[in-house]
Amino acid sequence: MNVVFWILAVITILGGLTAVTLKNTVHCALALTVAFAGLALLFLELDAQFAGFAQILVYIGAVAILVVFAILLTRGSETPSEGVFSRTWFAGLLIAAGVFSVLAWAVLHSTAALPHESNVPAVDVRQIGHALMGRYVLPLEIVALLLTSAMLGAVIVAMHEKGEQK
Amino acid sequence: MANQADQIFVLLKHWIVSIFPAVVQPYLGVVLSVVAIIAVFPGLFALTTVIERKGLGRMQNRIGPNRTGPYGILQPIADGIKSLTKEDIIPTSADAVVHFIAPLVLVVAVFMGFAVLPMGRNMQLVDMDAGLLFFFAIGASTELSIFMAGWSSRNKYSLLGAMRAVAQMISYEVPLLMSSVAIVMITGSLSLVKIVDAQNQYTWGLPHWYIFTPWGCAAFVMFCIAATAETNRSPFDLPEGESELVAGYFTEYSGFKFALFFLGEYLGMFSISGLGTTLFLGGWSAPLQVLNFVPSWIWFFAKVMLSIVVLIWIRGTLPRLRQDQLMNFAWKFVLPMTLLNLFVAAIWRFMGEGLLRWIVCSAILIGVYVIVGTIGMRRKKFGPRTYRYAE
Repeated sequence: MNVVFWILAVITILGGLTAVTLKNTVHCALALTVAFAGLALLFLELDAQFAGFAQILVYIGAVAILVVFAILLTRGSETPSEGVFSRTWFAGLLIAAGVFSVLAWAVLHSTAALPHESNVPAVDVRQIGHALMGRYVLPLEIVALLLTSAMLGAVIVAMHEKGEQK
Repeated sequence: MANQADQIFVLLKHWIVSIFPAVVQPYLGVVLSVVAIIAVFPGLFALTTVIERKGLGRMQNRIGPNRTGPYGILQPIADGIKSLTKEDIIPTSADAVVHFIAPLVLVVAVFMGFAVLPMGRNMQLVDMDAGLLFFFAIGASTELSIFMAGWSSRNKYSLLGAMRAVAQMISYEVPLLMSSVAIVMITGSLSLVKIVDAQNQYTWGLPHWYIFTPWGCAAFVMFCIAATAETNRSPFDLPEGESELVAGYFTEYSGFKFALFFLGEYLGMFSISGLGTTLFLGGWSAPLQVLNFVPSWIWFFAKVMLSIVVLIWIRGTLPRLRQDQLMNFAWKFVLPMTLLNLFVAAIWRFMGEGLLRWIVCSAILIGVYVIVGTIGMRRKKFGPRTYRYAE
């Protein structure tokens, strides 16, 4: 638990907290980007180079921009009329606490569940490539199929809008 | 002697670092390399602004700047003084915080991209196992800063320019990555140092650069197209076209922040030219084996400046592409060609040495290009050029 971890943890948590408490939705999206960057730096601190850079490339380079575009092209960029916090915040708090406790239990007991993994696995990109094309090729193909269907769905939704207008 | 001239910067750094106590030494080494990068590339940026304005001027049959110093060489100093002393105007309804950090994010992200480029033998800042992925990840972060700049200005033209720029950059990100994946596939590593080392071999005195292979040449052409679009250079500069959108996403920036955007854009050009040089043109390796006595960093910077000159040349020559033409081109032509190029690179790898693989791979690439091109052009009716004059 060194200094770098605490700094990155503070950055990530602050990013997440400001993302849910700011009034301007685009500011929230940018704070979310800071949280993504903090997560990527945490990956890098754990020596997972591929995961860290892929996090930056995918989350900051694509997902954050997608979120921002979605905010701009819908009415989300106007200031909300009712305030930022919802009226059912207590139920939300209970559910979040429940999910957090399940995740924390799973993480803390992971060393007992996988006793043969070493403490600091040294994984380089070549091994990731071998694993993706060897042992995990079926999930890879299923994810590719899912992405293709998502893209087809997006194109069909956009095309129908043009058809209705005419 | 040649080895000393080649490694002169590395030896200089080691000498300076050895003067200080051992506690400070690793940090001092890194700081020295970073200071070197921060000193060299903005200096090259200043030189490039002069080359660009004179070059564009000559191509457009005018002279370009010639008042400040002989042949306008001191023009960047004049530009620097101007941008430092201009008033920094922020519109009242603009989002001050985001308006302020947008150029900072751009410049920081672009400088970080220089960390993995091997600028000479043993002359990269960090030798990362996933260096190429780092470069592309950082490049993807620059799009966010452009969006921040355009949105925070509360200006319709800025927002339009920013949306167009981001759409263009996302569209061309995919061909950029896919054309580099062919190189990674053949080399077997994402590390830029290993990619240059794989190209540093010579057969009959000619180098093994990837541009001299059929799939490498096709990938280089597509990389150039995607790189020009990524850095918003003409012919893809609709987001900042002066006649269309005032100045696009940096309309509301004045003074030093505008200079930062300008710096960021040109440094992005250097960075991606450096990457293209590393991936396709052999990085710091000499063109002929006999020329190995020339230091490696001279070759790297010569190739990068040659790429910059070609980019300026293209800017002065080709007209601007419209937004929908640009996106059509990316998704309907360049992306399928990059996928085909991956396939052809795999065929090259598995066919073994010999003349047959050259013929087969070139035939596939040229054949598909001609067929797709003729099919695409058949729907457009191009007749002889007609002129209409004002009466």
